[in-house]
Amino acid sequence: MAVIEIRTPLRKKERKKLKAGDHVRISGIIYTARDAAHQRMSLALEKGLPLPMDFTDEIIYYVGPCPAKPGEIIGSAGPTTSGRMDVYTPELLDQGLGGMIGKGNRSERVINSMISNDAVYFACVGGAGALLQDCIKSVEIIAYEDLGTEAIRKIEVEDFPAIVVIDTQGNNLYETERKKFINKLWI
Amino acid sequence: MKKIGIQQIIDHVAEMCIEANTHLSADMREGLLRARGSEESVNGKEILDTMLCNFEIAKTKNIPICQDTGMVVMFVTFGQDLTIEGGSLEEALQAGVAKGYQEGYLRKSVVADPFIRTNTGNNTPAVIHYQVVPGDRLKIKILPKGFGSENTSALKMLKPSDGMAGVKDFVLKTVETGSPNACAPIVVGVGVGGTMEKAALMAKEALGRPLGEHNRLDHIEALEDYLLEASNALGIGPMGLGGINTVLGVNVEVFPTHIAGLPVAVNISCYVNRHVEREL
Repeated sequence: MAVIEIRTPLRKKERKKLKAGDHVRISGIIYTARDAAHQRMSLALEKGLPLPMDFTDEIIYYVGPCPAKPGEIIGSAGPTTSGRMDVYTPELLDQGLGGMIGKGNRSERVINSMISNDAVYFACVGGAGALLQDCIKSVEIIAYEDLGTEAIRKIEVEDFPAIVVIDTQGNNLYETERKKFINKLWI
Repeated sequence: MKKIGIQQIIDHVAEMCIEANTHLSADMREGLLRARGSEESVNGKEILDTMLCNFEIAKTKNIPICQDTGMVVMFVTFGQDLTIEGGSLEEALQAGVAKGYQEGYLRKSVVADPFIRTNTGNNTPAVIHYQVVPGDRLKIKILPKGFGSENTSALKMLKPSDGMAGVKDFVLKTVETGSPNACAPIVVGVGVGGTMEKAALMAKEALGRPLGEHNRLDHIEALEDYLLEASNALGIGPMGLGGINTVLGVNVEVFPTHIAGLPVAVNISCYVNRHVEREL
């Protein structure tokens, strides 16, 4: 299977080339954020305050890593369920966010916002925390340190394996692939 | 009268928390290898390979398989002739969890209040279920439960007239909605009968039953087989990206119930389905 190498930040032009079903390896800087960090960013936007960083063309990875063992920079770091971030996602996409990495399906509202903002959604293998940890080369907390595992981290990844599951046109691998394997005798 | 000191309990529980999170159990390994052998989807095969590779890395580096090291659920079977020395059993079990999550560099995922949501810092409290039995044994079963899958679980109070068909329909709908988010191929624990909380408890306990072991009642074994085949016909596949392996096993437990009711609970676990058991 052909694997596409991509480098962050991921500009609109590059995002539009990615199609649902593409297997990619991501290298460069990405940012971690999950439930509590999203809630805080949403509150900041509501109050007209700036976000902790400029998300234009950046990628957010939905993860709350384990603590690092001595000699390591981070613990196991696999994806969490993206759907819980759905309520906050469109406002971040409107701020220029280019992509998200997580697991599981997204709401129609998120998909519509992705289409209008030319954003892309990647999934990686849930639970593969040890394997994905190996792709992380540096870690720096940049905001909300008090949230512990839920703080926003700037991480550098190398050859981080993921699959494009929803592309900039809204093609959705969760829908298209399943249809190929439904056994109609049972349904 | 047999005596067990609390330090022994603390140490065992700590070790079990670390073991459950870093090592895949033999029954789950077998189930996943079988799934890899039968999977037809290209994405599915690659995803299962990644999962198997991840287990090896976790084992070698002695780090958690998954970053969601869960909220700890414990089933404790306590022999009534046994004496605990040096403190309370409940405190020892909770202290064991705190020790395991600290020493094992496991993620602390528990918040003290569901609304205020401040992290307790040591992954306690664990949710502990006790059963008192004759004899002097202490059996501890630990299931660190991740919430990617826990969140996809469901309970419904069906009517007696809904019968077997109603139960099948509810389980399959829960699997269909939940499995793409729950890290499929999943394990499905089902509790039918009892009261509301008894059904939920049976569903959780059913997840701890080794994969491939069936309910001893013939009609329940048949229900398990049906639910497994029907789930895998949904086409959802590993991580929801298509395939014929959506569910690795369905374990159903039943209990007497009221003339007016048919409670059914479905508890979903991811493909790791962490469970460790020890007898002290």
